Amino acid sequence: MSNVPTQLKYLQSHEWLRDEGDGSVTIGITDHAQALLGDLVFVELPELGNKLQAGHECAVVESVKSASDVYSPVSGEVIAINELLVDAPETVNTDPYGAGWLCRVRLSADNDLAGLLDATSYTALLAEESH
Amino acid sequence: MGKTTPLYPQHLAAGGKIVDFAGWEMPLHYGSQLEEHHQVRRDAGVFDVSHMTVLDLSGERCQQFLRYLLANDVARLKTTGKALYSCLLNSQGGVIDDLIVYYRDSEHYRLVVNAATRDKDLAWITQQALPFEVTIRERDDLAMLAVQGPQARSKALVLCPAAMQEAVAELANFYGTWGPDDWFVARTGYTGEDGFEIMLPAAEAPALWEALLAAGVAPVGLGARDTLRLEAGMCLYGQDMDETTSPYAAGLAWTVAWTPEDRPFIGREALATDYLEGPQQVLSGLVLLEKGVLRGHQTVTIEGLGTGITTSGTFSPTLGVAIALARLPAGVGEQVTVRIRNRDVPARLVKPPFVRNGKALISL
Repeated sequence: MSNVPTQLKYLQSHEWLRDEGDGSVTIGITDHAQALLGDLVFVELPELGNKLQAGHECAVVESVKSASDVYSPVSGEVIAINELLVDAPETVNTDPYGAGWLCRVRLSADNDLAGLLDATSYTALLAEESH
Repeated sequence: MGKTTPLYPQHLAAGGKIVDFAGWEMPLHYGSQLEEHHQVRRDAGVFDVSHMTVLDLSGERCQQFLRYLLANDVARLKTTGKALYSCLLNSQGGVIDDLIVYYRDSEHYRLVVNAATRDKDLAWITQQALPFEVTIRERDDLAMLAVQGPQARSKALVLCPAAMQEAVAELANFYGTWGPDDWFVARTGYTGEDGFEIMLPAAEAPALWEALLAAGVAPVGLGARDTLRLEAGMCLYGQDMDETTSPYAAGLAWTVAWTPEDRPFIGREALATDYLEGPQQVLSGLVLLEKGVLRGHQTVTIEGLGTGITTSGTFSPTLGVAIALARLPAGVGEQVTVRIRNRDVPARLVKPPFVRNGKALISL
């Protein structure tokens, strides 16, 4: 059973979002996603200042076997990236919701955070997917 | 569900993540592909390779047949147990498979061919063997385990039948020995580490597997098998070469025995131009000069020479950089870049292997 923290929001494509309460959010990939990918060996992060669009690719995570696109749950500007992942990409596997965060985004005006999945809905989605 | 080897229950018990490989249900890893890779380079790991195809050939004209069938020359094998790596070519000089042949005596040889190519290999070899009246016996009654790593031989040796332990301990590199009870142990492998490949009656394989695990040998899946062989600069049939590839374009020119000149073998005439004038394409090693991952089917550009393609690529767990094998135009060029997503990333050409016996062979 994978870990799904209750205070976060989720995308169907297995990304999570944490509202920092100051007009910015932190995003990453879920425990379910990191388990599917296996040991990560490379993370391609967006650049500072990049403008992201909700639902569009913002990063790439690579395991030995495959590369996977990470989709941004929000639109906005990248204000921080997790430099730790450059030399220690496996941090996403060991701590996907904490030290394995990918980037922080200052929200643009047109976001609808309420439209994202909450923990209960995401958990239900995972249960369905496994059948 | 696909075919399973005699060790399927053991794979499940060890937590194996099962995937399809050439119609077989095989373990991709047992938790961490990277950890399993490191175990083999540092200590010892065991692979279930029972899905591979073992063929025992016999007949008065067996040697004559194999000298015609194979691009390498089995006349080089004069000692019982000596092994030879060879390509099996079609008459256009394309590679049908790569294999290892072991010499027992001039009338008895053992071939080990790939799992994915079993059907076509068997059909081809059977057909070619007809005029030589050679008998081909597929040994699907045997299982095969590969134990690889610096501690592999010492841990596996004591688990072999007592009557053959001395012979096993004395095996030189690329030699095998037949023991009692249909056991065969060869000092061969697909990882660039020392070790054994053990063929034994299927019913005895689970006990050997469990004894190896009890001795601290780690179970290793197909994922690590691929990163290990690529670091060792070894080709994977179907990926680095196929029937449209000559041994030259696969970096396997060294496996083609041109002398003696009077040995006809299938594909000889077709390859003559490559041999006499030099090949148009070569297989080279690549190291990525920035962080990232190399994979197959990525375009490689050599300034001043043209473009080629990666055939196999990975992130090398031992080296901590991305490496690849690539089919490139022959000749000398300047800067090399690889197209990864929408960037041209700088890379360096190197001569494989990248790693042997746990040590980097290339400067980083």
